[in-house]
Amino acid sequence: MAVIRDVMPAFDLLQPDTAAEAQKLLQQNGEDAWVMAGGMDSFDWLKDRIKKPKVLVDLSGVEELKGIRATGDGVEIGAMTTLTEIANHAAIQRDYSLLAQAVELVASPQIRNQGTLGGNVSQDARCWYYRGGWPCYRAGGNICYADTPVGRNREHAIFGADRCVAVHPSDSAPALIALDAKFVIRTPKGERVVDAEDYFVGPETDITRLNILRPGDLLTAIRIPAAWAGAKFYFEKVRDRNVWDFPLMNVASAMKLSGGTISDMRIAVNAAAPKPMRLKAVEDAVRGKPANAETGEMAGKIAVRGAVPLQFNAYKIPLMRNLVKRAIGSGQEAA
Amino acid sequence: MPEMEEPKTSESQAQQITRRRFILGVIAGGAVVSAASYKILAPGGRGRTWGGERLITLNVNGKPRRVEAMKQETLAWTLRYKLGLTGTKLGCDRAECGSCTVLIDDVPYYSCSVLTNTVRGRKVVTIEGLAADDGKLHPVQQAVVDEQGFQCAFCMPGFVMSAVGYLKKNPNPTREEMAQGLSGNLCRCQDYTKILDAMMRGAETMRRA
Repeated sequence: MAVIRDVMPAFDLLQPDTAAEAQKLLQQNGEDAWVMAGGMDSFDWLKDRIKKPKVLVDLSGVEELKGIRATGDGVEIGAMTTLTEIANHAAIQRDYSLLAQAVELVASPQIRNQGTLGGNVSQDARCWYYRGGWPCYRAGGNICYADTPVGRNREHAIFGADRCVAVHPSDSAPALIALDAKFVIRTPKGERVVDAEDYFVGPETDITRLNILRPGDLLTAIRIPAAWAGAKFYFEKVRDRNVWDFPLMNVASAMKLSGGTISDMRIAVNAAAPKPMRLKAVEDAVRGKPANAETGEMAGKIAVRGAVPLQFNAYKIPLMRNLVKRAIGSGQEAA
Repeated sequence: MPEMEEPKTSESQAQQITRRRFILGVIAGGAVVSAASYKILAPGGRGRTWGGERLITLNVNGKPRRVEAMKQETLAWTLRYKLGLTGTKLGCDRAECGSCTVLIDDVPYYSCSVLTNTVRGRKVVTIEGLAADDGKLHPVQQAVVDEQGFQCAFCMPGFVMSAVGYLKKNPNPTREEMAQGLSGNLCRCQDYTKILDAMMRGAETMRRA
């Protein structure tokens, strides 16, 4: 894709002040509207002329969507809160350091200063065929360019592929799943609250979207319950270079220990499948077991059961096995 | 880009004006031409007028600047081609290189990825706004000169703005922390060691002042 060095094609810029107004504008403009949070995903699409929305709804002026508030049960993070603010927030660092670690590893300092939590979980797939404007399944066509004998698919999925083999690129998403977060969505029919893992959709459900947002919907906040506050957390992101890069894979886990035994655990990986994967089989298998390398070994094997590698991404199977193993082994250091 | 065009004046005329004045003139002219061409290129038949400019006031380097900005215009574009502040560089135009870094309310942003219309009422500082009114360089700029911190220096304004922004948050960084603070900027000359030398020296000067 040639880089076009010119201003973007024209669109109408709407700058609402409140979430209600923003949602109404999205509803009114339906498919013509593009919702922009930090813009770190949006600008690539717009500058490359691949997406050409008629109306851009800019959320940067909606103050009520920003900030971190304590609630009766945990914290609520406004969808427009920047990743830098989350990473530096005292209460997040103290009780939910898993999320602080995850967002600190996103992209670069400038992107974290501008990028938001809502945008990070709602960003589109990064498969370069798709981003390059190729008419693939996800773009409404009838071919996957990555899943061919010569397709470049080193970064692609080992689970959950259905025609499209792109992975979900978010670092914060698995952390929010491990923390059992709830996503608050303002829809034309009123407020809807969903579990973190139910926010994301795979290609088998809808190949053109990575999340459940429909035209007219607005993600307003993410609530983290106190249930996992201060648990034993583990986050690791593997990527080709230390800045900017999306994950080749990441793992996020929250573990409750009594003595050296795992009494409860939530664990998720991302960049393994078209949506962040919560590893329920692993959670069930490790409950009541000691948090050590042996349990980790067993959990790693369970985690990769059923993985289907493509031509160039078989390395992701041992990678995932080892990330899960390390997440569980981290409990041993704590005990 | 407008300022890259070869002068079409005869040699004798070109000699009468300095290169810098000529470039500034082309920028002013180019801005008008590019804005006008976009009005023509803007997709018609949609029943409304789009892409039109509106007059807004920005706070740039401590001064109110009136500028006509398109709705889809980025801050980097406005700074360079409307306000003539060409110290801010456009490298990738995709939030990947850091050359366009400016401070908005003291925080480093990629100005290629900020819409001009979203920074109304906020404080924008570019590399041109760092030096004192009497021309005395900012300590980080002076350190770049003293340490010969860059080779080609195309990325320099972005690095300096990142460093100045980072030092507001952490005035006493270790070398490792400074590297983290500057990790959103790329240098194709691979001059990172000397860049870090310069930035650390700038930080030290600021602490002593």
